[in-house]
Amino acid sequence: MFVALRDLRHARGRFALMLVVITLITFLVTFLAALTAGLSRESTSAITDLPADHLAFAMPAPTDPPEFTASSVTADQWRAWAETPGVRSAEPLGVAMTRAESPATTASVTALGVAPGSAVLPGGSPNLAAGTVVLSAGAAQALSAGAGDTITLAGQELRVGAVRDAEVSFAHTPVVWTTLADWQSIGARGGDGADDRADAPDTVATVIALTLDSPATGAIATTDATAGTTTVTTTQARSAIGSFSAENGSLTTMQVFLLVISALVVGAFFTVWTISRAGEVAVLKALGASTGYLLRDAIGQAVVVLLLGVGAGTALAVAGAALLSDAVPVVVTPATTALPAVALIGLGLVGAALAIVRITRVDPHAALAAH
Amino acid sequence: MDLHLDRITLVYPDGDSTLTAVDDFSLTIPSGTTTALLGPSGSGKSSLLAVAGGLTRPTSGVVRIGGDVVFAPGGGLAAATRTRLDQIGIVFQAPQLLASLTALEQLELHAHLRGRRPATVRAQAMALLAEVGLADQAHKRPAQLSGGQRQRVAIARALVGSPRVLLVDEPTSALDHARGTQIIELITRLAHELDAATLVVSHDSSTLGSVDGTVRMLDGRRELLLPVHAD
Repeated sequence: MFVALRDLRHARGRFALMLVVITLITFLVTFLAALTAGLSRESTSAITDLPADHLAFAMPAPTDPPEFTASSVTADQWRAWAETPGVRSAEPLGVAMTRAESPATTASVTALGVAPGSAVLPGGSPNLAAGTVVLSAGAAQALSAGAGDTITLAGQELRVGAVRDAEVSFAHTPVVWTTLADWQSIGARGGDGADDRADAPDTVATVIALTLDSPATGAIATTDATAGTTTVTTTQARSAIGSFSAENGSLTTMQVFLLVISALVVGAFFTVWTISRAGEVAVLKALGASTGYLLRDAIGQAVVVLLLGVGAGTALAVAGAALLSDAVPVVVTPATTALPAVALIGLGLVGAALAIVRITRVDPHAALAAH
Repeated sequence: MDLHLDRITLVYPDGDSTLTAVDDFSLTIPSGTTTALLGPSGSGKSSLLAVAGGLTRPTSGVVRIGGDVVFAPGGGLAAATRTRLDQIGIVFQAPQLLASLTALEQLELHAHLRGRRPATVRAQAMALLAEVGLADQAHKRPAQLSGGQRQRVAIARALVGSPRVLLVDEPTSALDHARGTQIIELITRLAHELDAATLVVSHDSSTLGSVDGTVRMLDGRRELLLPVHAD
C-alpha cells in the first residue's frame, strides 16, 4: 500500500468526505439494528425469556396460525401435554393485555397468569399468592408502585407481593404476574371472568409453556394432533404477537435497504475514485506495476477507508444508544453492532472491488497517450 | 546490453481499415550510448518507443535486449510488465509523477514494485537526485516543483532500477532550448555512466548535440541513420 496510504494522506478532503458518508451510513445501520433489537425485545421478552422451549397454542381452527389474542388452552389439553413422554414440564400461561391502576396513575400492562409454584415466573413464585401480583421493573415504574401497595387490575384489587428486577414486557407493555386463578377472574380478554367461546368452557390459559427433553418433531406433531394444539418454539412464537411481525418486518426491510444502499454508495465512491486515477494507474503499469500489485493497493485503500468509517460509525451508534437508552428501546450486543459492521465492510468491499476491477482493463499506452 | 529492434511493424485498426504506425523498422543501440529518434508528429516515433518498452505488442518483429527476445507478437502482458520493471526505464513526454509522492518516494516506488523495502534503494535514490541536481528537493511533491525539476525527477526515477535500456519520449517538449539541451546532456551522461542503451524520441534536433547518433523516421519507416559513435 505504498501509493494507497500516501494517496489517503494527500487527498485528505476527498477521503474525509468518503469517511463521513460511510460513518453516517454505519451509524444509521447500527442504530437501526440496535433499535430493531430493542423494539423486538420490548415486544417479545415475556415470551423469549420464558424458561421453556416451546409454546402450545389452541386456535379456534387447527389451521389458523398461532396468535396470542385468539389462543385458549383447556385443562384437557394441558393434561395431554403434561402426560406426553419427553415433556419435562408443561405450564399453563395466561396472557392478557389490560389496564392497571395504582393510587398514583394508570398504565397499560400485560397480565401473565401462572400456576402456583410455577417456574415460569422469574425467580420462582414464593411471593405470588391469590389476591397478590408481582410487578416487573417496568410495571413498577409505570404504576409508581412497590411491594405492599395495592393496584387494581381490570377492576380487581390486588396487593403487590414483590417487584422483580427483570425488564419483561409483551407488545410494548410491562408485565405483571398473577396467579392463574386471579388471571382468569380478571377476565383475561373478556373481563367477565369466563371465556366467551361456547366450545371452550374450561379454558385455563392462553398457551402451554413446554420444556421438552428431546424436541422430536414427531412427538410434537402427534400430541398436537390428539390435543388439538399448534406447537412452535418460543422464538417462532414471537410471530404470534401481531405487532411484532409488522414492526420487525418494516425495520428489517429498512436495514436490508440501508445495507444495499451502503454497498452502492461505497461502490460509486470507488468507481469515481478509480476513474479519476486512470492516469496514475497507467503510469504505474508503465513503470512495471503488476495488475495484482495495483489491485492489492486499491483494495487496501478501500479496506482502510471502510475500517475507519465503519469503526467511527459503530462507535458513534454505541455512544448514541448509551445516551438514549432511557428514551428509546435499544439493545447493544455483538449482534447489533459487530454484525452490521462486518456486513457493511463486506458489502462495501464488494462494491469497491467491482469498481476497482476496472484497473485490470487500463491500457497504459492508450491511457498515457490520452493523459 | 544492446537494444535491438528487429523489423518492427505495428498496425492499428482504423475504422474499417488499418493504419501502419511502424513499418519494418530495425535499429540497434549499443549499451552506454544514446540514439535520438527524430521525425515529425505522426511519423510513428512514440509508437516505436511503446513497442520498445513493451507497452504495445508489435504486429511483427521482435525486441531484444542482449540476446534475449523480450517483446514479440502474442507475448504475455505479465511477462512484459516484469521485463519493463527489471530491465527498462521509461521517461514519458510529460513527467507523469504521482501527485501524492515526494521526489524521493517517486524513486523508492521502484523498489516497492519489485517487492523490496523502499529503504533499500534510499541511498541510490538520493544519489540519483543529487546527480540531477535535486538533492535539496527530495521531500517535495510534484506540485511544489517546477516543470524542469519534475522532468529531472522523472529521469532519476527511470534510472533508479539501473535499467539496461532507457527510453525517453520527447523530454524537452515543454522546456525552453537551454533547459532542453541540459536535459538531453543529463540523459546522455547518465546513460553512459549506467551503461544503458538509450533511445530518445524528439522532434527538436537543436537540443541533441550530446547524443551519440540520430535516426530519422517518416511515415513509420526509417529514413536516415547517422552512424552511432562513441564519445
